[in-house]
Amino acid sequence: MVNIELKNISKSFGSVQANQDINIKVNSGEILGLLGENGAGKSTLMNILCGLYRPDEGKIIINQKETHFDNPGDAIKSGVGMVHQHFMLVPIFTVTENVILGNEKTGNLNYLKIKDSEKKVSEISEKYSLLVNPKEITERLSVGAQQRVEIIKVLFRSAELIIFDEPTAVLTPQEVKELFKIMNALKKSGKAIIFITHKLHEVREVCDKISILRAGMIVGEVDPKKVSNKELANLMVGRPVNLSLERKKNKTGKTILEVDNLSVLNENREIALNQISFNVKEGEIVGIAGVQGNGQTELVESITGLRNFVAGNVSYFEKKMEYITPREIHKLGIRHIPEDRQKSGVIANFTVSENKILNDYYQKPFSSNYIMSWGDVERVSETVVKNFDIRTPSITTLTQNLSGGNQQKLVVGRELSNKVDFLIASQPTRGIDVGSIEYIHKQLIETRNNGKGILLISTELDEILTLSDRILVLFEGKIIKEFSSNASTEEIGLAMAGQS
Amino acid sequence: MPFHGHSKQKIKVKMNNFKQNKYGNEKQALLTGYLLVVFGIFISFFFGFGIDGDAVFKLSRPRDTFVLPNLVVPASEYNILVSFVLIFLGARIILRRMTSYSSLYLGAGLFLLVTCFLVWATAGKSFSLTGMMQATVIRATPIALAALAGILSERVAIINIGIEGMLLVGAFSGAVFGSLFGGIIGLIFAIIVGGLFGLLHALLVIKYRVDQIISGVAINILALGLTSFLTSSFLKTNPELNDAPIFRPIKIPFLSDIPVLGPTLFQQNFFVYGAIILVLTTTYYIFKTGVGLRLRAVGEHPKAADTLGVNVLSVRYINVSLAGMVAGFGGAWFTLGSVGRFDEAMTGGRGFIGLAAMIFGRWHPVGALMAALIFGFADSLQQKLAILRTPIPSEFLAMAPYIATIVFVAGLIGTARAPHAIGKPYIKE
Amino acid sequence: MRDYLKKKIISENFDFEEILLIPILATLLALIIGCLFLLATGETFENILVAFTNLFIGSFGSLNAISETCTAATPLIFAALGIALAFRAGLFNIGAEGQIIIGGMAAVIIGFSIDFLPIWLHLPLALLFGAIFGALYAAIAGWLKATTGAHEVISTIMLNLIALRLLDYFLRLPVIQKEGRNDPISKSVLETAQLPQILSFIEPQLRLHSGFILMLVAVVLVYWLLFHTTIGFEFRSTGSNPNAAQYAGIKASLTIILVMGIAGALAGLAGSNQIMGVLGRATPGFSASIGFDAIAVALLGRSHPIGVLFAGLLFGALIAGGRLMQVKAGVSIDLITIIQALIIVFIAAPLLVRNAVPWAFKTKDKS
Repeated sequence: MVNIELKNISKSFGSVQANQDINIKVNSGEILGLLGENGAGKSTLMNILCGLYRPDEGKIIINQKETHFDNPGDAIKSGVGMVHQHFMLVPIFTVTENVILGNEKTGNLNYLKIKDSEKKVSEISEKYSLLVNPKEITERLSVGAQQRVEIIKVLFRSAELIIFDEPTAVLTPQEVKELFKIMNALKKSGKAIIFITHKLHEVREVCDKISILRAGMIVGEVDPKKVSNKELANLMVGRPVNLSLERKKNKTGKTILEVDNLSVLNENREIALNQISFNVKEGEIVGIAGVQGNGQTELVESITGLRNFVAGNVSYFEKKMEYITPREIHKLGIRHIPEDRQKSGVIANFTVSENKILNDYYQKPFSSNYIMSWGDVERVSETVVKNFDIRTPSITTLTQNLSGGNQQKLVVGRELSNKVDFLIASQPTRGIDVGSIEYIHKQLIETRNNGKGILLISTELDEILTLSDRILVLFEGKIIKEFSSNASTEEIGLAMAGQS
Repeated sequence: MPFHGHSKQKIKVKMNNFKQNKYGNEKQALLTGYLLVVFGIFISFFFGFGIDGDAVFKLSRPRDTFVLPNLVVPASEYNILVSFVLIFLGARIILRRMTSYSSLYLGAGLFLLVTCFLVWATAGKSFSLTGMMQATVIRATPIALAALAGILSERVAIINIGIEGMLLVGAFSGAVFGSLFGGIIGLIFAIIVGGLFGLLHALLVIKYRVDQIISGVAINILALGLTSFLTSSFLKTNPELNDAPIFRPIKIPFLSDIPVLGPTLFQQNFFVYGAIILVLTTTYYIFKTGVGLRLRAVGEHPKAADTLGVNVLSVRYINVSLAGMVAGFGGAWFTLGSVGRFDEAMTGGRGFIGLAAMIFGRWHPVGALMAALIFGFADSLQQKLAILRTPIPSEFLAMAPYIATIVFVAGLIGTARAPHAIGKPYIKE
Repeated sequence: MRDYLKKKIISENFDFEEILLIPILATLLALIIGCLFLLATGETFENILVAFTNLFIGSFGSLNAISETCTAATPLIFAALGIALAFRAGLFNIGAEGQIIIGGMAAVIIGFSIDFLPIWLHLPLALLFGAIFGALYAAIAGWLKATTGAHEVISTIMLNLIALRLLDYFLRLPVIQKEGRNDPISKSVLETAQLPQILSFIEPQLRLHSGFILMLVAVVLVYWLLFHTTIGFEFRSTGSNPNAAQYAGIKASLTIILVMGIAGALAGLAGSNQIMGVLGRATPGFSASIGFDAIAVALLGRSHPIGVLFAGLLFGALIAGGRLMQVKAGVSIDLITIIQALIIVFIAAPLLVRNAVPWAFKTKDKS
């Protein structure tokens, strides 16, 4: 039996208050849901609980005893284990090596007794039906299997409290079901569980109680049986959320993009896209739904000139695009909001105006004959900052000093302030605040209403449902089914799990 | 990845050509084939004709316990034979697309090329093969030790191009303290001072987050400046401070009497034995122990190690300091194991060759030792060329290890994979 | 309008402490530690005073001293501009030393072998060859990185060592080696390929040559290239975020090869300057580790052309003053090498400077 309590926990980074006066409590045989949107402070709180961060104020109480964690080792010793969102696995190690790291069993001369450990890993794997081969190299495992290794790691250290940090983000709905079964089994065996997520139906499905975190504070504790999705959403966001958007009927025009039997390989030279075909017409938003890692990245890269394809055709206004570069794509009037703004959307140590001209710096009026004309750059940047509501002290502020939402608005502004014929929006609202999300959604709808075509790629099913006129579900590199805009979540969810 | 849809067969065939290993292997096999043919033609043209006499290789020295007869090779005949074998093999590989064992063939081809070169150079003369091999091992020693230092450091994801400087301070301390207090004390001080420079690198890189390459550059310049300054200020005026005893070769009973192998491996000084022992213990340390598991985890995915309670920073401090100590030991070879006196910049880029050996050995101590032996061979061959009076300039042979390293890191032959987290500082918050 | 924007950029993102205070303090700290080191090695206090006075007199104390400082700074700044440019594009060019050797060799060969050209053709031709060969040699590393991903640090280290061996080989070739000499030394550069001295009208022994003016032009050109051309924008984008640069349609491979080429050309010019302006011929150690000192100059100058100019002048002063210091105080010039190493350490570790003199800083460390 174990009970764990966090009392008045506060933590700040510089001027940012990540957690403020937080109280939560969880007992053996109980699943506590911790619900909150991106940036609400969930990860900070859990990193405190597993010893990675130290709280500025507050107490951690385990079985009525106050405890201090100076490092993750202390937390592990006290029976706290965490299944991380980004797996903490050494790719080239075997499963067993990953499990025992930090808790190695050694003999004389520190000799690693790997055989004994492999046996123990097998035992745990069987006891909780977490199927995995202890001798397999971890990077060869599927995502689901890697998650099982993470769980075995926690159990190997006989954790009593297990924290699952956004565990479903990388899983298919089926794998999610499997995971929930495991969580319930763990609960029955007497473990206390904290389940962190921002997905409403998930907390309602599996949790015994829910705490809601907003802007670093606990804003509500509710019983999942007595609360609706809408109430949860309002608590999470802090104001009534308009889950649907005004979207008038639109007439579609000419076909803009025609993808025909496209096949693409990923980095490991495995098939990422397998003969997919679809089109996008003027005046419509085509949404690509699917769980992360089913070929979305490769799809976007291959139609924006960042990746070659091995078979099939992509045509743009009936003109074939093959071996085309990002520069030529841009010249054709295709705009691209990349999936990861930190990775490729903006350059952090460039100014706002330099980021504004990132992909058309070579054109007039920003430069002529290789010589930059900074005056014109400034003039245009000022307008974009104003028109797209980018909150920045000035256009010469370094972009890294802007909030995520404003950085994303800068990307959107950069792409939409030019002449747009076709927009590829990949994860356009990932990890930003609700206000910015609403703003960007409005911009996308407006672009569509002006008769432009949009290909929207998102792993957030809600976003796809809100914005799309047609929905295509991508599963293991195939388009498995097409839906109209009024399809239900359940139908699409099944398709995302590979059932057509 | 499972396939859906009706024409998966067609796609599969098309994809097959792109499968990485197959694709890579075929390219490499073809390259190997062409290289072997080129070697063959090269040998016929340059080493095959127009030379007379036999090449006489001496396998034993007069005073050895067991004296082997000389190895006499008819020069022209041998080279032409080898040339045909190579062309035949190369053609077979190209025509039949033999993808397996291509690196083995390439290695064998290179080895035969070297033998032909030696036969050509020795034709009509005689040459001590045993002496050559003995020199190879001696010259490989500092390279292998530098490579070991590199491995210890890079396995915990810290690039260490300051090894050259650590060799230099090791050599200097060995000479000075050796002159003052005798060889053993000198050696101990060389190790300590090397370790201190390793610790300095660790401190700068871990605590003060200096870029790892910049820190390495600074350490090299600092070591050069310090040793040169102290040499010109003190050692020049007090020659008795720069006159250290040299570690003499120790004959290992019985084993040293084995022909060829005995003098090569078992009549060497303490540094050679030390290097071999260190290679073995380091291998055990990195791959067979609990702390080794942790150090590899720190090099590959430090955050994963941290979440499991492994103290990433202290693992890094310890291993980078250990690397400095190994480099200090290697540095002492230049003075205590060789000439007994320190000269400015006497390490002459051996630290960098050590890094090359580390990369060649794919960050594995045994692999690095093998690479060091090859580089040591090139190094000693360069010396012997002058004796044989061949028309090939020795500078080109001296360049061989560097060119080979560039070819290797460019992935033209084989691939190298550095520890994943290399070069990145570990910052918690 | 353009100037207005530039002013704005400077005023807002110009971090006085990061850009000016730390380099100055780093230099001072290095000099102080140099002092302490001398004390530790048993120098008397007076002699240290003599040493540092002469370090100053030898670098700025007279017209001749200033001339020497500028002469020593010229090749350093040339090479450091290249390294700074590469830094901006995300590349660490450790190979300046090798590029100096190859460029200098090319210049010396053109310099002694062509005897029919007038100075206004011969001089630029020799410089051009120096630049081109430096560029080609550096481009090897760029090309390898662009096509195979070979890390430029490893390939440039190896290319340095190869260049050293090549130099040894060339200096013993009969066509290059000076007639009647057994030691490795090249023939002398003809008068038509020597950079004219610019202060000799005041005093004949002033060695400052026209390479200094070329260097100033190079500083301006590199500044302009980096901040006022699309190529500079591409370099900086690739260096700051290669993924974003690729997304923006910038060809990374082309950028890498181009930037290495320009860096190599600048290093080649450094070598040519040494040959055509100071030495008049090539010897085994003619590069005098300028390529490594230039790394320190580039770092100290914060990879900014103007910063590089001042940092280079400082290093030139240390070298010029160090010679007088050695003569007058008997302190080995190797002390300068130690000070240079310390400057690199302090510059690269701003935290160390902040810990050493906390009272000098108003703002807290951001990193």
